[in-house]
Amino acid sequence: MLNTFKKIFTVGIVTENYKAPHDAELETLGIEIKRRIDQKFTGSLAIRAVDAGSCNGCELEIHALNNPFYDVERFGIHFVASPRHADVLLVTGVVSRHMQTALLRTYDATPNPKWVIAMGDCASCGGEFGTSYANCGAVSNVIPVDMTIAGCPPTPLVLLKALLAIMEKEK
Amino acid sequence: MSWQKAFLSQLVETEIFVKSEQILPAVKLWQIDDKHWQRFAEIAAENKMRWAAGWAEQIDRQFYVHACFEKSGRYILLRATVNVSKPEIPSQATVYAAANRSERHTHDMFGIEFLNHPDPRCWTRHKAWGKHDYPLRHDFSVHGLPTEITPPDTGYHFIQSHGVGIYEIPVGPVHAGIIEPGHFRFQAVGELILNLEERLGYVHKGTEKIAEGRTPEGLAKLAGRVSGDTCVSHAWAACMAMEQAAGVEISLRAVLIRGIFAERERIANHLGDIGAICNDVAFTFAFMQMMRLKELWCRTNYELFGHRSLMDKIIVGGVAVDVTEAASKFMLTDIEQLRAELADLISAIDLNSSLEDRIYTAGYLSPETAAHFGTLGFVGRASGQDFDVRRDAPYAPYDSVAVKVAAENQGDIASRFWVRYKEINASMKLIEQFIEQLENLPEGDLVSNWQTPKAESYGLGIVDGWRGEIISYVRFGENNTIARFYPRDPSQLNWEALEKAVLNNIVPDFPVCNKSFNCSYSGCDL
Repeated sequence: MLNTFKKIFTVGIVTENYKAPHDAELETLGIEIKRRIDQKFTGSLAIRAVDAGSCNGCELEIHALNNPFYDVERFGIHFVASPRHADVLLVTGVVSRHMQTALLRTYDATPNPKWVIAMGDCASCGGEFGTSYANCGAVSNVIPVDMTIAGCPPTPLVLLKALLAIMEKEK
Repeated sequence: MSWQKAFLSQLVETEIFVKSEQILPAVKLWQIDDKHWQRFAEIAAENKMRWAAGWAEQIDRQFYVHACFEKSGRYILLRATVNVSKPEIPSQATVYAAANRSERHTHDMFGIEFLNHPDPRCWTRHKAWGKHDYPLRHDFSVHGLPTEITPPDTGYHFIQSHGVGIYEIPVGPVHAGIIEPGHFRFQAVGELILNLEERLGYVHKGTEKIAEGRTPEGLAKLAGRVSGDTCVSHAWAACMAMEQAAGVEISLRAVLIRGIFAERERIANHLGDIGAICNDVAFTFAFMQMMRLKELWCRTNYELFGHRSLMDKIIVGGVAVDVTEAASKFMLTDIEQLRAELADLISAIDLNSSLEDRIYTAGYLSPETAAHFGTLGFVGRASGQDFDVRRDAPYAPYDSVAVKVAAENQGDIASRFWVRYKEINASMKLIEQFIEQLENLPEGDLVSNWQTPKAESYGLGIVDGWRGEIISYVRFGENNTIARFYPRDPSQLNWEALEKAVLNNIVPDFPVCNKSFNCSYSGCDL
């Protein structure tokens, strides 16, 4: 037990400060916002991550958001286990046809108002896999998308900035 | 090899005639008659050969059916041809459980009938294409004829069980955590798991089909996305196969850099997995600390090489980025730091009795079962399968160093945990050795000149990824384009072993059992 406490104290707090990006910054980060979260929003964001045909590269970076450097929960952002608890669907992957119905049902199960973020090149525009007999391509081919984040995969920093940006009120 | 001679004479005794050809130092191509396909497997099993991979391809009006076997670091690439008009071949899955899903995949993609196959259900195909359509046949267009909305796959017959108090738990494809999609069907009594059946294929992205017609550069990119946590090793295996086919030698410098990248990938994933195993038994301290170390490791990748998981850094003919002297120094200090951190952490984790209580004896995979399914990587090594391509069929740069393989026999979650930890240490040593070799090298080319390979030439890339042996088959067509690409991720074999490892465990322990295997969905569904 002493080892544990010693490590906690010697490591200290590694969490870094991040602010929501300026509008000019969004483009360089590869973030495109079609619709922000509206005024009624109280500042806490529940996200349901849906892998709809990703290679698992994006998932690794979503995981990283929860590490102590980014510590996403301090911004009121948390990942939930059911779409019924979610405000936002964070969708990765090129939407394989085998996942199409599952994604549609997940979307339907998410209560209104809801937002959809397409994360990564595959989800934003089809990426390396594109549309084929096996894939529907970009997420917007299947459900309405409110934000896209480019990158293969987007870094956790870009992802975090994107989440902060969609929560920012329209100026 | 002496066992091959004995094996061959045994085959001749049973009147199986083999056309043998040495295609690589460690690989022989054996061509046999299709009717002997199953009999061959029986003799191979008697000779304790491991069934490693299976795939097919269409050449004009014929299918080449392949199976890859291994023993003592020597591979046999077995081939038989069948006619497109009557595509039938006896199944090897009756002998090798490892061949089961692979043959079903081949059936779904090519329509090749594996006679007497123990499981006639489809595997990769859900409802995205018709029962009598076969995506990898030449007459199937890459766009297919999809309906606007692909219906869910409702007709799959899961094993049923009946009895008082037995109930069924369907899980997925969309899981509660941030993980890939797949379906698990549990039969349970109280908390005890009686049976688990996996139903995968949800992330089938047509990887094999969309590889066709690509350039070598394009294939390297696609291979890096077969499984996003294995970008380096899958790209390496595919590039190795392409380089063999084209007869392109890559420079020693490039090969050492590939080795460094592959070991960095192994360390990153093992750090994350160790943390995630602790997280699944609610030991947050270890989870956060390991995630912190992984983040630091990925940041070094980004700063030195421009990508956190080194995607697209292995390119055909070499590597996309150099390891400068400054980068080497940086990595060496990084390794020193990681060693010191792990020393602190592992002693703290090791002393934790509640962690011990959860991971010792849970998720037990016996050495026999592990061998039965041909399990690979840390899953196999934790259950007595002492095999590592880097040591047993070494390829450059591993042929210049001594690779220490961590093998254990306990077969539980703890064992898989400790094998990972030992592999991290071994990988750090390997990186140090590669850096040392690199320092003594004059600056060399990072990328060798590409030569257009002859049409129909092929290669077989075999590397040890962080999950274990990866086998990548590439055949070229006309004009420098890819005619066939098949990557066999180690998960394909490890997934089936997971079904057995969870038996008699409690349902709430499934996540940690699953994590200790950490199989790839994407790499398996393709």
